[in-house]
Amino acid sequence: MKPDLAPRLHAENLAVRRGARTIVTDASLILNAGELTVLAGPNGAGKTTLARAMAGLIPSQGSVSLDGTTLTAMSARARARTLAYLPQGHEFHWPMSVEHIVALGREPHADPFSQVTSEDRAAILDAMDATSTDTLATRIVTTLSGGERARVALARALATQASVLIADEPIASLDERHQLIVMELLRDIAHRGAAVLAIIHDLTLAARFADRVVLMDEGRIIANDAPAAALTPERIAQVFKISVHRIESPDGPLLIPSRAL
Amino acid sequence: MALDRPGNLLTLLLAALVAVLFAASLMTGPAHFGAEIVAKALFSDQGVASIIVRDVRLPRTLLAVLIGATFGISGAALQGLLRNPLAEPSLFGAPQAAAATAAGLMAFGLVSPVSLAVPFGGIAGALISVGALVAIAGRRASLTMTLLAGLALASFAGAAIALVLNLAPNPYIALEIAFWLLGSLRDRSMIHVWIAAPFMIASWIVLAANARAFRALTLGEDAAASLGIHVGRVRIRVVIGVALGVGAAVSVAGAISFVGLIAPHLVRRFYGSDPARTLLPSALAGAALLLAADIIVRLVPGPLEIKIGVVTALIGVPFFLAMIFRERQVLEEAA
Repeated sequence: MKPDLAPRLHAENLAVRRGARTIVTDASLILNAGELTVLAGPNGAGKTTLARAMAGLIPSQGSVSLDGTTLTAMSARARARTLAYLPQGHEFHWPMSVEHIVALGREPHADPFSQVTSEDRAAILDAMDATSTDTLATRIVTTLSGGERARVALARALATQASVLIADEPIASLDERHQLIVMELLRDIAHRGAAVLAIIHDLTLAARFADRVVLMDEGRIIANDAPAAALTPERIAQVFKISVHRIESPDGPLLIPSRAL
Repeated sequence: MALDRPGNLLTLLLAALVAVLFAASLMTGPAHFGAEIVAKALFSDQGVASIIVRDVRLPRTLLAVLIGATFGISGAALQGLLRNPLAEPSLFGAPQAAAATAAGLMAFGLVSPVSLAVPFGGIAGALISVGALVAIAGRRASLTMTLLAGLALASFAGAAIALVLNLAPNPYIALEIAFWLLGSLRDRSMIHVWIAAPFMIASWIVLAANARAFRALTLGEDAAASLGIHVGRVRIRVVIGVALGVGAAVSVAGAISFVGLIAPHLVRRFYGSDPARTLLPSALAGAALLLAADIIVRLVPGPLEIKIGVVTALIGVPFFLAMIFRERQVLEEAA
């Protein structure tokens, strides 16, 4: 980790309720520039809800501030230029071409009547190149495979060139090669200065690529630390209710689930 | 990477088609006038010819353009909001709800048929119907929920119309309402045009203002919101826009269905399925469709003119079935 970590997105004592149920309780989390933070936890831990609240998409108690300004006090477009959010599931409702989908990432930068600028074009090309979707540019998005769609969705989020990125399960439906490529990409984006939060289920990839790992369970943040300190077998047993084999490798520890506890 | 924006030529062709059909509509009727006479009668006083062209044919032609465009853009906008090619105001009973309200006001002698209260009544009815649909369909706007909620609302609007007919003070009024519900542009005057046009034009503006939001909504509501779109505001604007247009259209022409389903579907693929770019061509295609339908009802021989709402429904229902058949894979996945 670098010494010049500047806090970008700061959630303090965040709580989210839906009806009588509390989904996130007292969550405080800082996303720093230059860091890839991985958020992990069992199903139903509240990861997506925390991510959506931090992206300003759902109301929450407590405060979320972006570069010191409360999110709710910012205009939606100003927020959208700085903070990009990739939802899980990758919805595409209309049979539009991949390049037009990726171009939607430029929406926060567009003024009402503007055409596509050269800056927009460069950002769209970069995003498609980085996610190896450039070869799909003219394909119709609804005809693509699940993994291809996931990469198009990521390209759309990257095309905004926001300096804060929140990605909910960006590698969930990818093959292993593309999982590695996308994790490397997210780490590169972070190390070039962005603050990145990614929800990831694969603990080995989290241990290997993350600068920081945040573990959630039952709506609470249980750990927020360097990967080696956060992902101990004891912690994993406590949070995920599984035992793991930890095998050291040249690329970092391999965390292989052995049995459910 | 091209980022082409195809279809601009088609937009021009559609506009030209509307212009040609507009002229043809002014030339169609029991009295046979050539293009030259029609032009003269329209712009200078030519006695009987001017009365026929200006007072009989011009109002119905203008209404066909305004109402067709209104249904076309309303369908395209509702489809953009709900991300669903089968979303159409009439499938959800919006025209029926507008008709029930407007007819109720007239049946009980509360207002004169050519007063501003009629479009206001129609708009109120459409507002309740479209508002309830969008509220029930909810954030996720799933196909099943949308269609089921629409079915319920359409049935309710049908029941409301039945109630109005049931309680109509005398059978002549009931008959009048029944005919009016079939939808027609016949015997309309410029007063009808002036009553309805401001609301319809306002609806175009309210709906077109959401074009970019519809494009972003193809990614779902969360992603659209993260791109800076106020999805809640868009929803309210679409409900108001559709209600203004459909309510005003129905209050002067009765219930005309399916234009909002057919017009966007015909043009969508030529604009890369971009819901923002589909709005204008859908309006033009809707205007062309309704002009053509209104010319057809005048050309079909017979003692009684077939009502235009009957023609659009006769064309629209098979079209709707064909669309369901084409989309069956998506529909089965959604169910």
